[in-house]
Amino acid sequence: MYNLNDTIAAIATPSGKGAIGVIRISGNEAIEIADKIFSAKSGIKLSEMKGYSVSLGEVEIAESPVRDTCIALLFRAPKSYTGEDVVEFQCHGGPVVVEALLRGILDIGARMAWAGEFTKRAFLNGRISLTEAEGIAEIISAASKSGQRAAYSQSKGNLHRETESIKDTILSCQASIAAWIDFPEEDVEEVDEEELIEKIDGIEKSLKKLISSYEVGLHILRGIPTAIIGSPNVGKSTLMNLISGYEKAIVTPVAGTTRDVLEHSVTLGGTTLILADTAGIRYSDDFVEREGVNRSIDRIKSSSLILAVFDSSRKLADDDIEIIKKLKDKKAIAIVNKTDLKQKMDFEEYEELFEETIYITAKDKSSLQAIDKAVSKVIGIDDFESDAPIITNERQRSAAVKVLNVICECKKTLLSGLTLDVVYALLDEALSAVMELSGENVSEAVIDRVFEDFCVGK
Amino acid sequence: MRENIVKIGSYDVIVVGAGHAGIEAALVSAKLKASTAVFTLSLDAVGNLPCNPSIGGTAKAHLVFEIDAMGGEIGKAADATSIQSRTLNLKKGPAVHSLRVQTDRRKYTSYMKNALEKQSGLDVIQDEVVGISVENNKVTGVYTRLGAYFAAKCVIIATGTYLGGKIFVGPTGYSSGPDSVSSSDKLAEDLKKWGISMRRFKTGTPARVHRRSIDFSKMKVQAGDKKPVPFSFMSDFIPKNLVDCYITATNERTHEIIRNNLDRSPLYVGIIEGVGPRYCPSIEDKVVRFPDKEKHQLFVEPCGLETEEMYLQGMSTSLPIDVQYEMYRTVPGLERVELMRPAYAIEYECCDPTTLKPSLESRVIEGLFGAGQFCGTSGYEEAAALGFVAGVNAARKVQNKQAVVFERSGSYLGTMIDDLVTKGVTDPYRIMTSRSEYRLVLRQDNADRRMCEIGREIGSVDDERYERFQRNSRKLENELARMKVTNIKASKEINEVLCSIGEDRLNNSTTIENLLKRPRVSYEAIKRFDPDGGLTDEETAKKAEIEIKYEGYIKRQRKQVEKQKKYEKMRLREDMDYKKIRGLRIEAADKLSKVMPLSIGQASRVSGVSPADIAVLTIWLRKHGDKKQ
Repeated sequence: MYNLNDTIAAIATPSGKGAIGVIRISGNEAIEIADKIFSAKSGIKLSEMKGYSVSLGEVEIAESPVRDTCIALLFRAPKSYTGEDVVEFQCHGGPVVVEALLRGILDIGARMAWAGEFTKRAFLNGRISLTEAEGIAEIISAASKSGQRAAYSQSKGNLHRETESIKDTILSCQASIAAWIDFPEEDVEEVDEEELIEKIDGIEKSLKKLISSYEVGLHILRGIPTAIIGSPNVGKSTLMNLISGYEKAIVTPVAGTTRDVLEHSVTLGGTTLILADTAGIRYSDDFVEREGVNRSIDRIKSSSLILAVFDSSRKLADDDIEIIKKLKDKKAIAIVNKTDLKQKMDFEEYEELFEETIYITAKDKSSLQAIDKAVSKVIGIDDFESDAPIITNERQRSAAVKVLNVICECKKTLLSGLTLDVVYALLDEALSAVMELSGENVSEAVIDRVFEDFCVGK
Repeated sequence: MRENIVKIGSYDVIVVGAGHAGIEAALVSAKLKASTAVFTLSLDAVGNLPCNPSIGGTAKAHLVFEIDAMGGEIGKAADATSIQSRTLNLKKGPAVHSLRVQTDRRKYTSYMKNALEKQSGLDVIQDEVVGISVENNKVTGVYTRLGAYFAAKCVIIATGTYLGGKIFVGPTGYSSGPDSVSSSDKLAEDLKKWGISMRRFKTGTPARVHRRSIDFSKMKVQAGDKKPVPFSFMSDFIPKNLVDCYITATNERTHEIIRNNLDRSPLYVGIIEGVGPRYCPSIEDKVVRFPDKEKHQLFVEPCGLETEEMYLQGMSTSLPIDVQYEMYRTVPGLERVELMRPAYAIEYECCDPTTLKPSLESRVIEGLFGAGQFCGTSGYEEAAALGFVAGVNAARKVQNKQAVVFERSGSYLGTMIDDLVTKGVTDPYRIMTSRSEYRLVLRQDNADRRMCEIGREIGSVDDERYERFQRNSRKLENELARMKVTNIKASKEINEVLCSIGEDRLNNSTTIENLLKRPRVSYEAIKRFDPDGGLTDEETAKKAEIEIKYEGYIKRQRKQVEKQKKYEKMRLREDMDYKKIRGLRIEAADKLSKVMPLSIGQASRVSGVSPADIAVLTIWLRKHGDKKQ
C-alpha cells in the first residue's frame, strides 16, 4: 500500500520523441522540490508565486551535466488537477534530458508516481468523480477519433449526469411513497401507482439504453472484432486486401492475446475494425472444403461483425446456405461480390436475413465506400451520438445491470399487487445501486480497480 | 461542593426531569438495581402530554413496541389509558402498520406518576436541579434550587422543553415551561459553563377548545378500529374505543387571515430564534410554504373522558390571541369555538447530539447522559426511547458494564440514535419510517422478537415478560409449521374467493403457506377454508402471514443487514487522531473528530465524509488495525 502523503513525480507526456516533455510533481513538497532545481529568469522563487502562475527559467541538476530551458507551471492546492500543490515543467530537451531531470527530482525527495496515482489523488481529493476518472483512463487508450470523442463525453460527466437523472427519478418515487406512508394524518395525495409504473418504466428504458451503449462504446473505443467469411474462392482475400490496402498506413499487426492469430486493426471512416487473419491458412485455396466451413463457423462465434462474402457469378452452394444459417442473431453484412461477371446468383430472397446487403466488385477500389457505409449503419455508429452518455467499462456495466435488475423486480412487485412498503424498500436498494454506478458509494476494491487502468503520469 | 449547601443524599443515577424520557430512564435504571432519584419541577406534571393527547403513529409506534419489548413503561401506560385506538397505514403494508391511540391525558399522567412511585429503588423528588458538580471532567452530583446537593455517579438530563423554556403568543413572550409549570433557566447556563454545546429549538402546539362550542355535524367522524390492539404484550385486555375524533379543514378565508397577520407572528418577525421542526410545522408555516394548497386537514381530538377540552391537531400557531380566535372560527364546525388553552410556540435549550456517544453519554463530561428533547428530538415516543437507553447505560456505567449500543439495522431506536449522534440535527428530529433503510425487517409485529432477548440480557425484562415472549415465539413457530403442511382443498367456494381478488384459481389442493405467498391472498380471506381455522389465534396467524408473504423480501433485506454489519464491525478507537491520517481530507478529518464514530459503518454516515475518505480510512485501518496511534 502506497502512501498518499508522499510528493510524487512522473513524466506526463507519452514516451518517445515529442516536441516537449512534461514532468509533473504533486504533493505537499512539490513546490519546495521544484525550487531546488529551477531558477526563474525573474529571480522570483515558485514558493513566492501565486497559483496559476507561469515562469520561464532553467532547470539544473546538481553534480550532473543536465540543464534545460523550460517553463514552470504552478498550481496551488486545492486548485490543481490532483487537488494538491502541483508543479509542471515543460522541457524542450529530448527524452534523455527529461528522464535525467525526473531522476534528479526523485533524488531530492519525490517518489515515482504509481500508474494512475495523479488521477487517484484527484478523485480522493474530490476534484473529479469516479466516472470522470474512468473516462480519462479511456481517453488514454482510445483507439480512434470517435473513441476519443466518446471518452471525452464521459470525462465531461455525461454518464454522471445520466445517473444523476436516474437517481432523481428514483428519489421522486421514494418521496411520494414516503410522504404518503409517514404522514397518514396529513392529506397527502395517495400514491398514483400508474404514475409510479410510468416513472419506473422510464428508468428501465434509460438503463437499457445505457447498458446497450456499452457494446457500441466498446466498439468505438477498442475496435470491432470482425470476420470475413465465405466459401472458398468467393473473393475474401481480395476484399481483405481492398480494406487493408485502403489505409495501409494505419494497418497495424497486433498479436492476438488468446489465440495464435494475427489481427489487423483497420480504420474504415471513423470506425476501427479488428480483422482476423489466420496467417494465410484461412484464405489459402487448397484447404479441404469442410475444414474451411468449420473454421468460418468458429470465427462467426467470436466476432461482433460478420462480412459474409458470396460469389454472384455462380449459383448459391450448400456451403453458402449453411453459413447463412449460422449467421442468425449476428450483425452481418452480405457482400455479394463479382458483380462485374455474368450473374448466376439470385440473392434477393436471402437479403432479409442480413442487416445490410451490398453488391460490389472487390477488385474495384470505389467499392470501399459502399462497405464503409454499410458497416457504420450496421454497427450503429450513425445513431451513436458522441454526446450521449455511455458506459465504457465492466464496473459500470455490471453496476447498471444491478440497478436494472432491482428496478425490474420493483416493477414486478408493484404489478403483483403486493403492498407499497416492499416497493419502497426495493427503490432504496435501486438507489444505492445507482450510487455505486456513479461512484458515490464505492468500496476500496472498486477504487483500486479503476485506477489500475491508468498509465503513469495521469 | 459549593458553600452553604447541604448534602442530602447520594445516588448511583440521578434523572433530571420526569417527562417521557425521564420516566423510562428512572424506571429502567432502578430496575437494573442502580439506586436512582428522579427530579421534577412539579409532581403534578409527571408524564405530561402538553401537545396531542395521543401515543404512537408512524414509526413512533415502532419505538413504543421496541421499548415495550425490553420492559419499558410507555406501551403499558398508553394501553391502560387509551380511549381510542387505530392502526394507521393498514393498506400500505405490514412494515409500516402503525398503532396510534388517543389517551386520557389526566389518567396518563397519574398512571405514570404512580409507576414511578411504585418502583423500588427509585426516589421521586419535586425540586429544580440548577446545576451539576464536576470533578476531573466527571459528573459527581446535582445542586437544587432549594439549596440541596445530591451526589451521583451518573446524571441524565431529560429536561424537555423546560430547559430555558420561553413561550410565545403573538407579541407576548415569557419564560415558562408548558402548562404554566415554570421553566428551568439556571441549569442551561450551568451546562454551558461546563462546555456542553447548546442550541435553541422551537416547537408549538394548537389551542385546546371547549367541546360544547364545536358543531360536530359539520365534521367527519373518525372512529376507532373495530378490533383495537394493545401496544404491550403484557396488556391482557383489549383497549376499548370510548370516543370519536373528528376531521375538518381550513379554507382560503383561514389562510387569508393568517397571511394578513404574519407581521404579528413572532416566528416571522424574528422574535423566535429557535429552529422549529420541519415535520410538524405551525399553520402559518404551512400556509406560507404551500401557498397553492386550498385547505389543510384538521383533527379534533378529545383530551380525556373527564374533561371537555378538545385538541385541534394540525393547527399549532404562535399568532396573537385575537388572530387565533379569528382564524379558528373560519373552520367549519369551529365558527363559535371557545378557546380554553390558547395555542403557543415554545423555545427551549437542547444539546448538539453529535457531542453524545451512541450510549447517549456526553463526550464532554463523563457520566453525564442526555435523553429526550435534550438530544434534539421532538415527540413523546422518541423521548421515551432515548430515556430508556440513557437509563440502561447510566446504570451499566455505575456497575462497570459495557455500554449497550443499539444497532441501526436492529431497531428504529438504534436508527434514531445513530442519526442523532452521527449526522446531528438542524431542527427537532422526528422518527419516520423513511429514516430506516431496513423497514421490512423492523416491523411492529416482530418488535418483541427483535428486542426482548436484548432486554433480557440487559436485565430489564422480568421473568413474567420473558416467559410470555417465549410462549408467543413458540406459538408463531408452531403456526408457521402448521401452515407449511396444512392443505386447503380446491373447491368452488375458494375459487370464487380467489377470482374475486384477482388471483388464479386453485386446481389441486395446496398448503396454506403456498396460498399466502400469493400477493393478494390474506389469511382472513381464506381462514374459513383452513381445516384448523377455528382454533388459530388471530394475532399469531397474522404474524405468520406476514413472515410467509414477505419472506423473499425480508431475506433480501437481511442480506443487506449482514453486508452492512461487516462495516459496523470494523471498529474505530475512541481516541483516534483523524488529523494524523494521511490522505484524509481536512474537512473529513474535522467532521470525524467531532463525531468520533465507533465504526467504519458509522463513519460512512457522517455528513461531509465521502466514499473516498472511507476508502482512505479503511486502508489506514487495515494497515494499523486498532492499535493506538
